[in-house]
Amino acid sequence: MMKNRVKMEELDEQTRVTHFLEVACGYQEDEAVFEASRCLDCKNPRCVDACPVEIDIPGFIKAIKERDFAHAYRVITEDNILPSICGRVCPQESQCEGACIVGIKNEAVSIGALERFVGDYACEHIKTKKVDVKKLGYKVALVGSGPASLACAAVLIDHGVDVDVFEALHDYGGVLMYGIPSFRLPKDIVKEEIQVLKDKGVMFHKNVLVGKSITLDELKEEGYKAIFLGTGAGLPSALGIPGEHASGIYYANEFLTRVNLMGSNNFPSFKTPVKIGQKVAVIGGGNVAMDAARTARRLGASEVFILYRRDMDSLPARKEEVHHAIEEGIDFRLLESPVMFEEEHYQVKSVKTEVMKLGDLDQSGRRRPVGTKEYRVHQVDSVIVAIGQSPNPIVKRATPELQTDKWGRIVTNDQGETSIKDVYAGGDIVLGAATVILAMGAGKKAAFEMLKKFGH
Amino acid sequence: MYKILEKIALNKDIDYLVVEAPLVASHAKAGHFILFRIDEMGERIPLTIVGTKGDGVELIVQKVGYTTCKLGEMKVGDFLEDFVGPLGNQIEIHPEYKRVLGIAGGVGAAPLLPQLRSYHEVGVKVDLVIGAKNKELMILLDEFREICDHVYITTDDGSLGEKGFVSDILDDVLDKEDYDHAIVIGPLIMMKHVSKMLLDQGIDTAVSLNPIMIDGTGMCGNCRVLIGDQTYFACIDGPDFPAKGIDFDLLMARQGYYDEEEHTCKIGRGYDEK
Repeated sequence: MMKNRVKMEELDEQTRVTHFLEVACGYQEDEAVFEASRCLDCKNPRCVDACPVEIDIPGFIKAIKERDFAHAYRVITEDNILPSICGRVCPQESQCEGACIVGIKNEAVSIGALERFVGDYACEHIKTKKVDVKKLGYKVALVGSGPASLACAAVLIDHGVDVDVFEALHDYGGVLMYGIPSFRLPKDIVKEEIQVLKDKGVMFHKNVLVGKSITLDELKEEGYKAIFLGTGAGLPSALGIPGEHASGIYYANEFLTRVNLMGSNNFPSFKTPVKIGQKVAVIGGGNVAMDAARTARRLGASEVFILYRRDMDSLPARKEEVHHAIEEGIDFRLLESPVMFEEEHYQVKSVKTEVMKLGDLDQSGRRRPVGTKEYRVHQVDSVIVAIGQSPNPIVKRATPELQTDKWGRIVTNDQGETSIKDVYAGGDIVLGAATVILAMGAGKKAAFEMLKKFGH
Repeated sequence: MYKILEKIALNKDIDYLVVEAPLVASHAKAGHFILFRIDEMGERIPLTIVGTKGDGVELIVQKVGYTTCKLGEMKVGDFLEDFVGPLGNQIEIHPEYKRVLGIAGGVGAAPLLPQLRSYHEVGVKVDLVIGAKNKELMILLDEFREICDHVYITTDDGSLGEKGFVSDILDDVLDKEDYDHAIVIGPLIMMKHVSKMLLDQGIDTAVSLNPIMIDGTGMCGNCRVLIGDQTYFACIDGPDFPAKGIDFDLLMARQGYYDEEEHTCKIGRGYDEK
């Protein structure tokens, strides 16, 4: 057996920073079959246990080995309706691939790349039909069209439930559309995987902000048996340091939404502008920070640097994203924590940071950054703050009886049901900012709980 | 898609529109706003809801930027690609107030009208100070006269009412009556000065803000407003705020951040800069 995995071809780092095309090119058929042959088909597959939606990983890999890609797609979509997306954005190294037995001595099987291959193959070759099952005679409303709702919709429609998805923005997919840049997740891929749900019969409604355009009570009056809230973590967290309000300081949500959803990288054809300048500081060390930094590079910024208060090993971002960011010339200024922004006429000019060192372990099991009273100043044209999001408060404010915790996260029981009868919730609105796949797992679980309660 | 049901030019710069949007119309209250997008390449622009008419939402739009100019070219029967709302919070009405003063600058008269109406409807007496560049650009006078005891008018060139700004006659107005509350809506610079005058006189004052927004649902954080040392988002915490402590200079700087880009869009389309 090959010790090393088959590497996906990638666009070269010099030219790729001049456009937004996808960096990782995916496997060709032969590459996928070859990589699939590295799977040991373990009796007790640890990878499946490590997958939040428990995809039959050895099962679909076996089908790839046999070149039956359509069957591989059927196996995956038993558990995950969005393989092209998850193959690209899941943190595989801490889930399936992290548990892979092959990975103990050699490189783990490239499960994410294989999943992506199968999803992309299906987009191109498999036509989805309207679901042909006995209708159960009731309907469910899903609020938000991000990963949690999409996973929930897939399960419900496959079982004969009528599904309406309500989205506040003008495009479907939630964070998949507005958050994750196209060089990592092409928007056509998101649209095609959502098209699969439309083809199955899920109804999508844009420009409906539940809580404002229509309330939960009104949805119930309209005959929805249950409601699922998958409204996501849509409220940017602030640093809370002086100068943060100045122009030129973006929250990552705004910066990424301008580019990903509004197309401002194609301004003035698209009418929403974005202005970034040459020197850009990105504050944070997660996937969103990597996305923002790499996007800033592509908009022409010559000096883009990450400011992160811990060290390289502590970066919460996916390894692949960090690797790509380094390749693209993003500078990592580590063990620095911003303390203030200097501004001139309300335009940010520089970031002052305190140099940190790592102290004792904190509650998260990581070494806590401690200030050293030594300071640095970085000149900037703009700053992108990417230190996290909290749950969107709109539904809660419109529905005071909906119970939330002190962080604004909706409280649910073991069945995913909220404090309001027949109203379920899942994804970032319950977990706080987490991952696409955890949101999907929650959406799927809520769907099965509904089926259990209302009939299947 | 959202159909334009009615369109009337109030003057050369300002149009009255009714857009078909049943869910918005059935939930709209004074203080709410909408976001619209003309087509798939368009920007998202916030506008205050002036009123409703059956399934239609009434808007009053000044042609200032690329998108509002383009909207000005659209006709009855045309469709907007996107239209979402009602966003923001409805204003809190205090029926116990005896008399409320509205102060409007330019197209700020449009968002002010539903607010004064709400007070009028619960029996609170309302007065108005309204200013515009000239007589032609003065809007909604008849509508205001229906609900106001007194309407005081100023124009920059003196073509209607007193010559000057609303701030020039404000002290005289305040001498005549006692006001429990004032609502100021207009350009930021006007709201800054006028609300300071009112607050100095000890009058509880509110303003309505209309900063640049993308999503309008609390997600992007661009519409941040600094009041004292507290940050608020105009989209989910406003758009109406007590005037006391608002950093208007910051708002003005942020409002102008994309002026150059706006210019690019308008030139590309042949819309003259004024």
